[in-house]
Amino acid sequence: MNKIKVGIIGPGNIGTDLMYKVFRSKYLEMGMMAGIVESEGIKRAASLGVPVSTEGVEALAAQKDIRIAFDATSAAAHIKFNGPVLKEAGITSIDLTPAALGPYCVPSVNLKALALEPDINMVTCGGQATIPIVYAITRIAGGSYAEIVACISSKSAGPGTRANMDEFTETTAAAIESVGGADQGKAIIILNPAEPPLMMTNTIIVRVKDPTVGLEPIRASVEEIVAELKTYVPGYQLRVPPILEGNKLTVIVQVQGQGDYLPEYSGNLDIINSAAVAAAEQIAAGLPAQGGV
Amino acid sequence: MAKVILVDTTLRDGSHAISHSYLREQVEAIAIGLDQAGLPVLEVSHGDGLGGSSYTYGFSATSEFDLIAAAAAKVKNTRVAVLLLPGIGTIEDLKRAKAAGAGMVRVATHVTEADVSAQHIAAAKELGMTAVGFLMMTHMVSPQKIAEEAVKMESYGADYINLADSAGYLLPGGVTERVQAVRAAIKIPVGFHAHNNLALAMANSLAAVEAGAEYLDATIMGLGAGAGNTQLEVLAGVLLRQGIETGVDFYRLMDLARDVMEPIMRRPQIIDGGSMMLGYAGVYSSFLLHIYNAAEKYGLEARDILVELGRRGMVGGQEDMIIDVAYQMTGARGQKTE
Repeated sequence: MNKIKVGIIGPGNIGTDLMYKVFRSKYLEMGMMAGIVESEGIKRAASLGVPVSTEGVEALAAQKDIRIAFDATSAAAHIKFNGPVLKEAGITSIDLTPAALGPYCVPSVNLKALALEPDINMVTCGGQATIPIVYAITRIAGGSYAEIVACISSKSAGPGTRANMDEFTETTAAAIESVGGADQGKAIIILNPAEPPLMMTNTIIVRVKDPTVGLEPIRASVEEIVAELKTYVPGYQLRVPPILEGNKLTVIVQVQGQGDYLPEYSGNLDIINSAAVAAAEQIAAGLPAQGGV
Repeated sequence: MAKVILVDTTLRDGSHAISHSYLREQVEAIAIGLDQAGLPVLEVSHGDGLGGSSYTYGFSATSEFDLIAAAAAKVKNTRVAVLLLPGIGTIEDLKRAKAAGAGMVRVATHVTEADVSAQHIAAAKELGMTAVGFLMMTHMVSPQKIAEEAVKMESYGADYINLADSAGYLLPGGVTERVQAVRAAIKIPVGFHAHNNLALAMANSLAAVEAGAEYLDATIMGLGAGAGNTQLEVLAGVLLRQGIETGVDFYRLMDLARDVMEPIMRRPQIIDGGSMMLGYAGVYSSFLLHIYNAAEKYGLEARDILVELGRRGMVGGQEDMIIDVAYQMTGARGQKTE
């Protein structure tokens, strides 16, 4: 099968890690790495044989064979420039910024329903790590409330996250409701500076509506979704399997990154990038062949 | 005569000790008492700050916004403050607190993560509130590193910097060098927040004042996380003896402790084994009651859980890891079965 060409806007840490994940994909290949200034990321991509441009989204949109683009810039850039230009060019946007022009996408939960959307948003790293578990619980026992605590190492929290903590908590809480299926969502994020850096850990607690279903079907549902997550994030694992106390269901997971470009402790960045690539692969599978329209 | 501004946090840090169960009438009675005793500032919020009501930190029995409004309605001169930890509370929460009557916010981060407070301090200033930069777990890093983080908070617009010994770990010498280093680095005042886990809250508060701190946190009867905080009414007396002006009425505070506070307390505010180990191992004081619950459920010694949390370098807000530690320590056995 012919690989589908994808572009990346934003050659920073996230964009560079995405590029390495695209290299590993059976279904995708790099069409362009685009930035707006000469940078280390642009140089690295060029040295690896990837077409590059410092003319930003315009240059990428002019590449007729690029079908899907990852936006790893900022919410403001996605809303003002990248989102509209890509849409105009008929290129599907996979938005890793908090812009959320399009619907939230958590691949193991709702990707199939979003395959035709022109612009999908990848929520947050904490959302990608926890919402599948919330969903696995609520689909069996319902959920009137779900709370997550995401702990990431200080070193893997970039300046964007640090400058806008509310964006993380509010976006994640909204997606816990709309994608995870809980009536009410709450998200907490903690930065831990311990050395050596800690792996990303996430606690998920759901107030289930029907505890009479018992622990077993919930456990099976959680294990099923963990197995699916492992197909694109091999380092995803249950630290504490489901515990049911009354109507309170607790799960703790850990996310170890694949160490593509970013270190293994950056499981938070690995999971959002892996989810974005998984989404791109699924979308690519549904695209008509090159020149076939 | 030297002056110190006392900040009462009975209705915030004290909330940990009664598992966030404050009722409106209790808050009203305490606020009236503090106002009459001349306290310049009282802080009221969930123990973990705005938005802390949760499974992880414990649900508030009464909405904190109702409690803020209750306190604000009863005070004549005392200013009402709230605590906000970015990552838990949000600017939306801050706006609600302001609408309920709060005029001041203390924005708290782990001692190495001051930059996550920039957004919230700026928002507070835009709302016309007094903003305080609050650095937690200051025992974990050097005085120099704390000073660097304090400088960041000053640059975001903080009106003073409060240094917290959140684990009650510091000895007086450690307090002195920290307050001195921060004072030398910034132009705004410095404050100090003690925990009594090693019976040093009072000595550390005095060390802070001696090193130039202008604000001190305290609570009635010492009510607070772990072994509690500096006991307000005692501190008022000690500062009088020391010849330091606070403007508070020592006798009224004593009466408030006896008549209002004692009946609200669920357990005596003493230094038991668990709280002592918090101070010894350097663990966040708010973990204590959660650790006791987990120890009971999993059939473990509280101090074993606590030492492991310290070894892992857990910081404020990581109460969820108590269950993780208990689970990993018991392995497949899991919770104790009756």
